[in-house]
Amino acid sequence: MRRRDADTPVNAAAAPEGAEGPPPVALTIDALGRKCPIPIIMLAQRINDVPMNATVAVLADDPAAFTDVPAWCRLKSHHHVGSYELPQGGWAIHVRRNY
Amino acid sequence: MAYFDAASTEPLHPAAREALVTALDAADADPARLYGAARRSRLLLERARAEAAELIGARPDEVSFTTSGTQAVHLGVLGTLLGRRRAGRRMVAGAVEHSSVLQAGAAHERDGGELEIVGVDMTGRVDPAGFAAAVAREGTALACLQTANHEVGTLQPVAEAAEACRAAGVPLLVDAAQTLGRLPVPPGWSVLTGSAHKWGGPAGVGLLAVRKGTRWRSPLPEDERERRRVPGFENVPAVVAAVAALRARAAEAEAENARLSALVDRIRASVPRLVPDVEVVGDPVERVPHIVTFSCLYVAGEVILTELDRAGFAVSSGSSCTASTLRPSHVLEAMGVLTHGNVRVSLPRGASETDVDRFLAVLPEIVRRVRAAVGVESP
Repeated sequence: MRRRDADTPVNAAAAPEGAEGPPPVALTIDALGRKCPIPIIMLAQRINDVPMNATVAVLADDPAAFTDVPAWCRLKSHHHVGSYELPQGGWAIHVRRNY
Repeated sequence: MAYFDAASTEPLHPAAREALVTALDAADADPARLYGAARRSRLLLERARAEAAELIGARPDEVSFTTSGTQAVHLGVLGTLLGRRRAGRRMVAGAVEHSSVLQAGAAHERDGGELEIVGVDMTGRVDPAGFAAAVAREGTALACLQTANHEVGTLQPVAEAAEACRAAGVPLLVDAAQTLGRLPVPPGWSVLTGSAHKWGGPAGVGLLAVRKGTRWRSPLPEDERERRRVPGFENVPAVVAAVAALRARAAEAEAENARLSALVDRIRASVPRLVPDVEVVGDPVERVPHIVTFSCLYVAGEVILTELDRAGFAVSSGSSCTASTLRPSHVLEAMGVLTHGNVRVSLPRGASETDVDRFLAVLPEIVRRVRAAVGVESP
């Protein structure tokens, strides 16, 4: 059953008030059109390309990525900063490298 | 082939097979008619009803047989909402209910009603306080809570929910599909549903019990059968077989639960030790005896199921990530756990220790191979 409609608020607390869009990132991984687990595989393979405490944005439109990237962060002890809706559909899912 | 998909459907119990074969001849007439053979059919049907009622703690006139568990849920949900239309049009359900409950809720919404979903924690358990608050809101006509989750095995706080429903004067529909024949029926239900093929009965028999005093009206055109609750000619032999299986399962439950639960514990403990980057989900303690679910990072659910099938294991998955049109499991999504790489092992009656050990022996290499194929080397 579909429970996440396009207009569901997405991690609203993470978006700084008055900000135009998501904060800047050190690396953007384009996983649009890719099915899970590919977006997570791409993230796992590239997170070490950015410095410690830097942020990676995963662009994904597979609905599974919306749940799975934050779950990956929890399992791998990285930080899920927030998920921001993209105008063309999907999300920019921001992950901070913790180690 | 080791069959580990009991949560989808349990193999036919020998007691059901025997009863079915006998009843095919003994109960082949229309139980609504007045001649001898019809009376025999009716007698067998009513005996089965009385036994089922006793096994679930109900009165015989509260019990109806449907053509499936899904039909029992649909009739239970929509019939109670219709019966209580004057009380309000709000329905409350847990986020990880079976799709038959959520789809009946969606039908209610399309009809102008309201559906409030109560969230779950990371183990898949509904928040009792949130559930109580939702039930207490003005205009609530029905609340629904499963006994246990079908994908991850977590038991739900049904007794607490029933208490809250009683205080608010709201009927509670309990979907007991995963526990009938395995665990005692929790107290406090107003409507109870189940599915015979989940407890070792034949497919095509569902159970719908409506507690006396619960307002209920058929959402379907009226029909004389099953106390006007379920339309259509009763499949008496299948009902007789279903109840024979339920009785047999209930008698074996204690011993078999302990055995299967120990095997599930072994899987729960071994998988994270044997396979890197795996999460076992669902409550480790407050769970049904036979279900365990884990998710493997970097693995597509369908791929691992195919590989396990090739190795001789029938298991299922809550994830559906690689099938382009399907969405991830609403259960795993609501829990906030990984929705890909998901493997659900659900042990049928008689599942062997040897098969479980063999599963644990082949799994690590299968996961390693599937990961390597997409360029992920295990640490």
